[in-house]
Amino acid sequence: MTKHKLPRIILKNVHKSFGSKKVLQGLDLEILPGESLVIIGGSGTGKSVMLKCILGLIQADKGSIQIDQKEIINASRSDLDKIRHKISMLFQGSALFDSLPVWENISFSLLQEKKMHRIQARSYAIEKLASVGLPEEVADLYPAELSGGMQRRVALARAIAPKPEILFFDEPTTGLDPIMGGIINDLIRASVDDLGATAITITHDMASAKKIADRIAMIYEGKIVWQGDVTSIEKTDNPYVQQFIHGRTQGPIKVDVK
Amino acid sequence: MYFTISSSFIGLKNMLLSNDKNANFEIFEILRMTSFFANVGRIFLNFLQGTGHLIIFINQTITMGIRPPYYSRQILKQIINIGYFSLPVVGLTAMFTGMVLALQSYTGFARFSAEGAVATVVVLSITRELAPVLAGLMVAGRIGAAIAAELGTMRVTEQIDALSTLSTDPLQYLVMPRVIAGIFTLPLLVLVADIIGVFGGYLVSIYKLGFNPGNYLHQTLQYLKAIDVISGLIKASVFGFCISIMGCYHGYYSKGGAQGVGSATTNAVVSSSILILIFNYLLTAVFFDK
Repeated sequence: MTKHKLPRIILKNVHKSFGSKKVLQGLDLEILPGESLVIIGGSGTGKSVMLKCILGLIQADKGSIQIDQKEIINASRSDLDKIRHKISMLFQGSALFDSLPVWENISFSLLQEKKMHRIQARSYAIEKLASVGLPEEVADLYPAELSGGMQRRVALARAIAPKPEILFFDEPTTGLDPIMGGIINDLIRASVDDLGATAITITHDMASAKKIADRIAMIYEGKIVWQGDVTSIEKTDNPYVQQFIHGRTQGPIKVDVK
Repeated sequence: MYFTISSSFIGLKNMLLSNDKNANFEIFEILRMTSFFANVGRIFLNFLQGTGHLIIFINQTITMGIRPPYYSRQILKQIINIGYFSLPVVGLTAMFTGMVLALQSYTGFARFSAEGAVATVVVLSITRELAPVLAGLMVAGRIGAAIAAELGTMRVTEQIDALSTLSTDPLQYLVMPRVIAGIFTLPLLVLVADIIGVFGGYLVSIYKLGFNPGNYLHQTLQYLKAIDVISGLIKASVFGFCISIMGCYHGYYSKGGAQGVGSATTNAVVSSSILILIFNYLLTAVFFDK
């Protein structure tokens, strides 16, 4: 159905090393507009580094990363800013600003960038809090006063508040109980559908992947080793995917336990 | 070069294999000397690398900081944090410094009947040296550490990355307001410290040493020149820059979790304190060198 569309995000032969450690080793990936792609893979396979390279927070060593046909690698600061205006991200540890109350966290970009009036920004934040199932009273609390699940919901509200065209989710359910994880997954899926956004989610959690994804890609040793439709993941005979989704200790994925 | 090194190692190996005590002593001496020079070299290279990195950071901060947007709310918050909340500690330091200075100079000058110079010594010492340096060191301990810890925690919990994704430059939003607050609030703190310090000296001189209040005040103002106060305020401004930039630099680049934040805090306080002492000498030389 979406095959005729131009990819919104393109990664071609992306390499990134930290000293002698090669993290990304020729990663190729395309994400179509409005698509929700989930990237699965073990710890240390380069998932988070890939997201940070797309955001320009880490400079890739080689290759090409394009968003809407604009190159990210070696882009000027102003070009990078223009691209980042389209993107929001939910961080693994929520990354809420400790020094600001919840409502200022949610309306941060509206207050700083769009210079929205504080009263209006507070009402907007309360509206966004309601959309992630949190009451108005939470608005004036500080992040340290919230539970992990509430923090993740606030972080989700902050990510969707500027109505981004592209959303990144970095292990959104890590550290949450299965019920709260399920709630976050549903909220992510609903937010992506409401905004019509292009989304990349990275996770270890297969339940989360199946709930959020239109398409799933698997990363191993800094390369995509499999990608396919969400329904095809159970049927594939790809040994990497099989080992990962069934949690087998034997297989092509070598886990360094030294 | 390679052959020289490898032949040296072969020589060392042969010496190690021999049971000659003199040869073993020589080996230890060679190893001790080479490791000493290697360590000196490593420390020097690290110093050069760190200095270069810091200069790039300062340059980026200034380049980004002069561009809009300007975060006035953040600047005000930092002015209150650095200036207002440091008043008690700086005031107490100045008060006791002025008091002890009066006491010490009186007992010293009494040996050659120069007690009359106490007021002048107190006011010149406080305004030129003690108020800016001691206020700078106290603020380095209080604020330099707090800035490094706050930014360091923000770095390791990805809050600085989150700022970038929210289209906000961390240098403009986090670093520049702290640097501006440091540059402008330290002189105000030092001005207050000048007044409190001189007042401390006055209290001891009048109530403990028995000076006449009118004479003491007259002597305080008689030899005081504008440059004495202004030089102290300029020093304070430079110290404010050193404290805030070192706190921001070490916090901004901290890594490795809680331990990394701890190291960043220590490094911020130590480096800003050393810079305060170095710049104090340099500025004194500029203002008062004949």
